[in-house]
Amino acid sequence: MINAVKNYIGSLFLFELFKGLGVTGRYLFARKFTVQYPEEKAPVSPRFRGLHALRRYPNGEERCISCKLCEAVCPALAITIEAEPRADGSRRTTKYEIDLFKCIYCGFCEESCPVDSIVLSRVYEYCMEENGERLIGKERLLELGDKHEAQLATDRAEQAKYR
Amino acid sequence: MDAILNLWNSFSQDWPTLATLILILLKIVVIMLPLMVLVAYYTYAERKIIGYMQVRIGPNRVGFFGRHAFGLGQPLADAFKLMFKEIVIPTKANRVLFVIAPMLSLGPALAAWAVFPFNEGMALADINAGLLYLLAMTSVGVYGVIIAGWASNSKYALLGAMRSAAQIVSYEIAMGFALVGVLVAAGSLNLSDIVRAQSGSLLHWYWLPLLPLFLIYFISGVAETNRAPFDVAEGESEIVAGFHVDYSGMTFAAFFLGEYANMILVSALTALMFMGGWLSPFQGTPLEPFFAWVPGFVWLVAKTFFFMYLFLWFRATFPRYRYDQIMRLGWKVFIPITIVWILVVGLAVVYQLPWWFD
Repeated sequence: MINAVKNYIGSLFLFELFKGLGVTGRYLFARKFTVQYPEEKAPVSPRFRGLHALRRYPNGEERCISCKLCEAVCPALAITIEAEPRADGSRRTTKYEIDLFKCIYCGFCEESCPVDSIVLSRVYEYCMEENGERLIGKERLLELGDKHEAQLATDRAEQAKYR
Repeated sequence: MDAILNLWNSFSQDWPTLATLILILLKIVVIMLPLMVLVAYYTYAERKIIGYMQVRIGPNRVGFFGRHAFGLGQPLADAFKLMFKEIVIPTKANRVLFVIAPMLSLGPALAAWAVFPFNEGMALADINAGLLYLLAMTSVGVYGVIIAGWASNSKYALLGAMRSAAQIVSYEIAMGFALVGVLVAAGSLNLSDIVRAQSGSLLHWYWLPLLPLFLIYFISGVAETNRAPFDVAEGESEIVAGFHVDYSGMTFAAFFLGEYANMILVSALTALMFMGGWLSPFQGTPLEPFFAWVPGFVWLVAKTFFFMYLFLWFRATFPRYRYDQIMRLGWKVFIPITIVWILVVGLAVVYQLPWWFD
């Protein structure tokens, strides 16, 4: 009975509605969380899994030994590798191709790599204008690795103790 | 300057009818232009304020001459975009009605300003039946909605139109009764007289003696303009747009302009009828002489902006009403309350209740 009267008076004077207006009124002056994207960027984790890259040793030799573990572990079958012995007798890839449309960025290739060759970099701003561009080959991957080597190395070093 | 005045004087002597016509047209332009700019920037204010309430920033990219300018160029960009878009008329639609409907929606919202007193003696037409004219004009807006739904020849547009029209007509009654209360209290249908009847002080304004009518008038105004939380007829997140699904380009823009012009009209009328119009809020207090230099028009605009802001605040705060709840609120809550309060106001006027009606 008392509750019914309370409810009636509450709804007659729109009590809850004013409370709601109070909440939105407070948020009008709250700090805004918008990140103005092209000028400002949100921080990226060192574990971020973005565009792929193939790394080299400091002496310039490519790390990949074409063991094909990444190709085997890839759940999306995005990696295609062909290998042949090089002139000096070491085993190297002749083709290392990733289909970016198939890739699900799970990072298994990086986990499986015994020589830390294939890695997922922090790069997330990339786009394709033509259909063929979704396949990125060995040259492009090595180029990406060279470009971001400093960042890749520090990220790997920082994360090494958790792996 | 004198030469132009002389030319005008001789012209108005030779062609008196034409001269009055030109004068009236000039006045209409003086009222309409700022109103249209206000409508454009009201959409900007809506996006900005609702954005801020949702802890976002809102439009801030489009500016002028390569500057961002807080996104102030956004309404202009939107207007130009809509102007250059194709007007698609469905094959099975009734072409004539389809094109007339948006005009019918926008026209009354603008025509209603004809009797609006912006200051003491500053109205395009200071007619004695101003309130009646306003009621008529705001009711005509329903035709735009119904005809738009019918002419589209689409079941969705028709159903949307039915829902909108039913809602508008229902709240029209509560709104009308609320205005009857004002009319009884002021004893006049002339809008300027209604404002003059409220002079005295902030407590003489009709929001206090007619508090329930004031609330009901404004809430009905929100419902009548099909705005949140009463926007079930077009609820963009649930059903598509309601009666104007088939409209595009400028025809759609006309509905949009009509909706926003109506919101401004309802805000301005609330300010006029319950908040003392152009009267200073410091009237009857020791502060009055300090604010005597402020023209009454400024007070009116400030009060109107407050109610316009409430429209946006409501939209950012309240969830949508269910359709049957809207109908229940209109018919079973608002109309009984208004009728009872008209009785109370009538008694107060007959027995000259101090200090409002003595």
